[in-house]
Amino acid sequence: MNQVAINVPPAWHRIGKHAMAPEASHDEIARFNFIANLNKYLATVISPGNRIAYEKRVRPGFMREKGRDFQNRREVREAMLKDPHFQTWSALRRAAMEMRQQAGRSMVLRQAKELAQKAAKYNEGKDTLQLNSNLTIPPYIAKVDNHLMPGSYHTELFEGDVSAAANYDMGLFVTTGGALGRFNDGGGKAIAQWLLTHHPEFKPKRILDMGCGLGHNVLPIAQAYPEAEVIAIDVGAPMLRYGHARAQALGVTNVKFIQMDAQYTGFPDESFDWIQTTMFLHETSGKSIYGIMKEIYRMLTPGGLTMHIEQPQYTPDMDLYEQFIRDWDAFYNNEPFWSKMHDIDVVELLTSAGFKAEHIFQVGVRAVNDNEDHTKPRAPEPEDHGRAAIWNVFGAWKK
Amino acid sequence: MEINDILLAGAKAKGKRPYFFEDPAVERVLNITMAVAGELAVLRERLDTIERLLEAKGILSRAEIEAYRPDAKSEEERQRWHAAYIARILRIVQQEMEAIQDSPENNRTMDEVAEELEKI
Repeated sequence: MNQVAINVPPAWHRIGKHAMAPEASHDEIARFNFIANLNKYLATVISPGNRIAYEKRVRPGFMREKGRDFQNRREVREAMLKDPHFQTWSALRRAAMEMRQQAGRSMVLRQAKELAQKAAKYNEGKDTLQLNSNLTIPPYIAKVDNHLMPGSYHTELFEGDVSAAANYDMGLFVTTGGALGRFNDGGGKAIAQWLLTHHPEFKPKRILDMGCGLGHNVLPIAQAYPEAEVIAIDVGAPMLRYGHARAQALGVTNVKFIQMDAQYTGFPDESFDWIQTTMFLHETSGKSIYGIMKEIYRMLTPGGLTMHIEQPQYTPDMDLYEQFIRDWDAFYNNEPFWSKMHDIDVVELLTSAGFKAEHIFQVGVRAVNDNEDHTKPRAPEPEDHGRAAIWNVFGAWKK
Repeated sequence: MEINDILLAGAKAKGKRPYFFEDPAVERVLNITMAVAGELAVLRERLDTIERLLEAKGILSRAEIEAYRPDAKSEEERQRWHAAYIARILRIVQQEMEAIQDSPENNRTMDEVAEELEKI
């Protein structure tokens, strides 16, 4: 063989199957395969050229012109936006994100009614799904179509619609190249395993997952703590309808899905032992993130735990190029709070809510990836910034 | 509850779209080209499935496909298909070339022609 092994994403048909999932045609699967491979190529072959362009011409050019180095990542971005390689990579990455949305939506919308009916059948007569059509959608969701998802998490095209969730469920495997596992639940699995390993004595009776989306990360938590009462909240009715039906289809029945705003839940004080968010806080906003953290502190029992899975925070010692490239999604993939959120001092965020500094911790976790070995990276590869299945977890015990 | 799934699938997300190249036309063409490239990959995957299924059913083998050489008539047909296909893709280049060679008379805008037609 003259061919070197290259890292390829799993073909899309390896996605975890469940009875709530939309039907996928041969061409729809092939379309996803193209996009996943395009993403992989852009991340591993084209993106490293950005660093090279930065070191070889953008930074030296800036220093020649200004007589000094970059002072912040905004300056880096302004200079990089003029670089032809960064322009090409960015234009292609943006195109790939738009194509992924269109591919997922075209697959889901052609069968939107059938999916709504299927979900309704699973959800009928179940008290584990509680929707509130009077809920005010918080502005950080209402004003932004996060990661270029038209209509965001909450828009319903007709009554009982679940298409936003079905699109998200099917497409996440494409965007991440399967790195989150077959059911896109590698984050939830990782945090549950971490907690079971590091705190085996901790036996939460009531668990709350905030901003649960379609519940892909809360199911492994509910499975890891089968005795616990698990509640998952989100503002998006399509997410909850689909998520509840999906959980039922997968046989996970100890999760209650409730339509609620994380900042104003109405749950009693000290009513949860563990409150979790997974890739949620970066889609909130400057004031609401503090409000949500206060709400968490209020709801936690003494001795309770909160943990938050996010991409790494920007710290003053993080290289400016790295901050800049990690920030791409904020500006070009509709994640406008991403940049600010990753600047927040998490110790300050948690202490301002009431947690004590000595009970705050940060750990790194890696997604549990249950894909078959031949679909996992064969060789070390450059990080797909913003999408990597390696996270920073920050959290605190309420003591 | 009727929805236009074709147009909705390609709906725009909220927010002003960033264009990375100085001329947005370049980005427009890039996006169209990438979409076409994607559809070519979809077609290629479908063909690959057909070949593998035909082989699995013993109808023909992929080795036969690899070894296939067209006879003179098929060769001519296929080469003509390639020529027409390429001409379709590069139509605009051909027409721009024709324009360079054409008389000024035939390079007028329709506004100009309309002006003339009004008079005759």
